[in-house]
Amino acid sequence: MKNKQGPNSTGHLITALQADVRYDGRTKNQFRDIQIEYGVSNTADGSAKITCGNTEIICAASLSVGSPFPDRPDEGALMVSAELLPIAHNDIESGPPGIDAIEISRVIDRGIRESGAIDVKKLCISEGEKVWIISVDVVPINHDGNIIDIGAIGALAAIKDAVFPGLTEENTADYKNKSKNKIEMKHTPIPVTVCRIGDELFVDPTKVEENNIEARITIAVLENGKICSLQKGGDEGFSTEQLAQAFDLAVKTSQELQQHLL
Amino acid sequence: MQYKKRYDGRGHDETRPIIAKAGVLQNADGSAYFKIGETIAYAAVYGPREMYPRRLADPKRGVLRVNYNMMPFSGPGERNRPGPNRRAKEISMVSEKALLPAVDLEKYPNCVIDVFIELPQTDAGSRCAGICAASIALADAGITMQDMVPAIAVGYVGDTPVVDLSYDEEQPEGMEAVDVPVALIPSTGEITLLQMDGIVDAEQLNTLLEKAKDACAVIAQKQREALQEKYLGDADEE
Repeated sequence: MKNKQGPNSTGHLITALQADVRYDGRTKNQFRDIQIEYGVSNTADGSAKITCGNTEIICAASLSVGSPFPDRPDEGALMVSAELLPIAHNDIESGPPGIDAIEISRVIDRGIRESGAIDVKKLCISEGEKVWIISVDVVPINHDGNIIDIGAIGALAAIKDAVFPGLTEENTADYKNKSKNKIEMKHTPIPVTVCRIGDELFVDPTKVEENNIEARITIAVLENGKICSLQKGGDEGFSTEQLAQAFDLAVKTSQELQQHLL
Repeated sequence: MQYKKRYDGRGHDETRPIIAKAGVLQNADGSAYFKIGETIAYAAVYGPREMYPRRLADPKRGVLRVNYNMMPFSGPGERNRPGPNRRAKEISMVSEKALLPAVDLEKYPNCVIDVFIELPQTDAGSRCAGICAASIALADAGITMQDMVPAIAVGYVGDTPVVDLSYDEEQPEGMEAVDVPVALIPSTGEITLLQMDGIVDAEQLNTLLEKAKDACAVIAQKQREALQEKYLGDADEE
């Protein structure tokens, strides 16, 4: 399903990309400037607003006490929910999360989970009974593309900002008396989505670019350059040569983005 | 029982600190940020645009549609499930009715004007903050309006009338509280939102409405200043 919009067409974009020029003046490998503001919601346990070009996302980490999964009695849990709200773009309609929002949630979730960024065993309060559950909300308020990459950095920032609530004697969360404990993060897996139109590969698409891509691949990369999750999207595929190029580009770009989470 | 000194030290007729900004979201046709105390509201206006499904369009006038939403982490305590609940749907409806009389919809037949209110952080008075933000956003979108629509909660804590109740004042210890959110159109004095929780007599209500009128005049000024700041700008900056 292709949703082409605006004055741009794939043809125009290819010509521009071949000359290594984007509509906003960037080169193909160039990410937009990122700014992160921490503590934007004092009702969340951790929060951050991330701005990348015109994309603006509010991310929040909420901590609650819940039951562990029966097959993992000594592990806490992480859950990422992205919402595409109609406040963020003319094209977005109200309603329950569609497949776009669900994919964003799951890809961000997978990157953080599979990297082992969070030691889920440390979230255990009492084995088989109570564990901490980290719920991360990714809420774009202005959508100009690349919600997965920017949302993932925002999600990590919100987790980094989070402080555990206190614990009552009955092991329930005490939100009025916060602890001083932070969530220990072992890794910061930053995904980079490489987009393809024709033979041209580029990163950090705007909404208009995103609407015209043929294929994309989201590659989550650890600080040391190892790849920890993948998701191919878009209507078409990649050749192995294109993929090799995409992996190199993603690893390099991801490592440059690490500075934002230091 | 007298409620002499307010929990946060404010005067009885004083609102919490207000920050209002116009044009904060790039994609929207009009937008605003309104912070009062610890309550933050973003509002975005999309439209006038075509109404889908078409049968909902009105060939005589435009349709105003307001959606109020608290982000899942914006309340006290545990995170809530995302998506609209009964409360959010009711607040969307009353916010829409609060703004409706100020908007000149005759100008926009067959169209819809969508207003989306999102709250990333709340303390109390979130519906009023939402209406205040929405009203700035509508003006920012260039929608023809009779006036701004300021909104504020007034009420009683014990026997004392207060303006802009905080979360703690809505359930004060050892006292009864009355909470009355009000929105009005300052130039005509028309009251467009009026709800209440609590028990009062008619005379007390009249007192409260007078207080609401004064507080709304202050808020309307902040709303206008937000728009002036965007459109007239700071002469030094240019």
